[in-house]
Amino acid sequence: MLIDWFTVGAQALNFLILVWLLKRFLYKPILDAVDAREERIAAQLADADAKKAEAQKQRDTFDQKNEAFDRQRAALMSQAASDAKAEGQRLLDEAGKAADALSARRREALQGDAQNLDEAIGRRIQQEVFAIARKALADLATDSLEARMVWVFITRLRAMDGKAKEDLAEALKAAPGSVLVRSAFDLPAAQHATLQTALRETFPGVAPVRFETAPELVGGIELTANGQKIAWSISDYLVSLKEGVDALLKQKVEPAPKLETKSQ
Amino acid sequence: MRLSPDEMIFWQNGYFKLNGTIVFTWALMLVLAAGSKLVTRKLSMDLKRAYWQNLLEIIVTGIEKQIEDVGLRDPKKYIGFLGTLFLFIALASLCTVIPGFEPPTGSLSTTAALALCVLVAVPFFGIEQQGLRGYLKSYLEPTVIMLPFNIISELSRTLALAVRLFGNMMSGTMIIAILLTITPFIFPVAMSALGLLTGMVQAYIFSILAAVYIAAATRGRRPKPVSIQDIKS
Repeated sequence: MLIDWFTVGAQALNFLILVWLLKRFLYKPILDAVDAREERIAAQLADADAKKAEAQKQRDTFDQKNEAFDRQRAALMSQAASDAKAEGQRLLDEAGKAADALSARRREALQGDAQNLDEAIGRRIQQEVFAIARKALADLATDSLEARMVWVFITRLRAMDGKAKEDLAEALKAAPGSVLVRSAFDLPAAQHATLQTALRETFPGVAPVRFETAPELVGGIELTANGQKIAWSISDYLVSLKEGVDALLKQKVEPAPKLETKSQ
Repeated sequence: MRLSPDEMIFWQNGYFKLNGTIVFTWALMLVLAAGSKLVTRKLSMDLKRAYWQNLLEIIVTGIEKQIEDVGLRDPKKYIGFLGTLFLFIALASLCTVIPGFEPPTGSLSTTAALALCVLVAVPFFGIEQQGLRGYLKSYLEPTVIMLPFNIISELSRTLALAVRLFGNMMSGTMIIAILLTITPFIFPVAMSALGLLTGMVQAYIFSILAAVYIAAATRGRRPKPVSIQDIKS
């Protein structure tokens, strides 16, 4: 008999015991270890995925911030450039205005200086001419300049005629207390009397005259009454002298055209 | 000449006896249990692990994968029974290279015991999965007329399991024994190598068939035949 039923039973029991043993010592520990490892790997992968997602998120945020920063920087740069341009233009305008103002002031100052110089030169020339005339008259005619001036004044006074004489006569009558004779120098009493006499002869009934010394007249004498005035001064000569000098200077300033005409 | 290790009796007391089949089975049980205990004593949960642990993990996960491929949804539940079947038969075949060792699977008593275990396990898992009524109903499918045939099929496949394994293992041992008397040197070695292969194939066939039977019992109704429309959809 090939089958021994006791052995069959014993082997079945042995097999069941072996199943229990292997479950206990082989399958459970091994499968538990595999599961634990798989869980751990899955956890690590999930962690890695989470970290990757987080990194991607941070990178996206960084990129967005970077872009915003670039845009902001470009806008600020553009703004700064336009501001700088506007400021530069403003400064240039201000500088131009300041330069124009300075130039105008300098021009005015130069004109003022030139005018002052002109006046100073005119005064000096008047004084010099007056001094020369006084000396020449004393040497040649043994007469004083003041006396000759009074004489010339009286001559002019007497030579007056027509409307000018009438106007002055009316003025002298209208202002009996305000007839004034001004001269650049102190007139002696004899001259006062001569003048007074000549006035009475020319304009009968004229009131007494007041005499004043006015150095700004340089070498001159004048009579004023109620807005009317008759005068003689070296200035009249000096005006023609100045015109002559100016014409001479103008000729010296513009020599080029003459040269060109010569060469042609 | 012994046909089976059952005839190798070490001790007997009436009905009880200690024969070669039981002793060699104990030896295999000792090797399997002690080896497993030794390796799994300090398992590494880390990525780095010992060579023996790697080997056992490959074997266990391979068996689990095979069970899953057969169609059993929860392989961890069945690996104790089916994996032990495979490991026991495979180790018994492997140990035939040891001189003096006779595989317990070369005994019809052992293969009958294993087939009976399968015969009991199939309804056990079937009833556990779908209840007694559902399991018994599967014998009436597709019609009531098929009930006797289903029962005959159940018994005959158990018999086939036992005889197939016994025949293969016994014949392998017998061929080597006969060849040793005719051509003592080279040829028996080749046949022994072939016997190892046959033993592995038989271990695989036995456990896979058991898995298929259990899968059929736990699935309940047989799956509908797949139509062309289903495949297209």
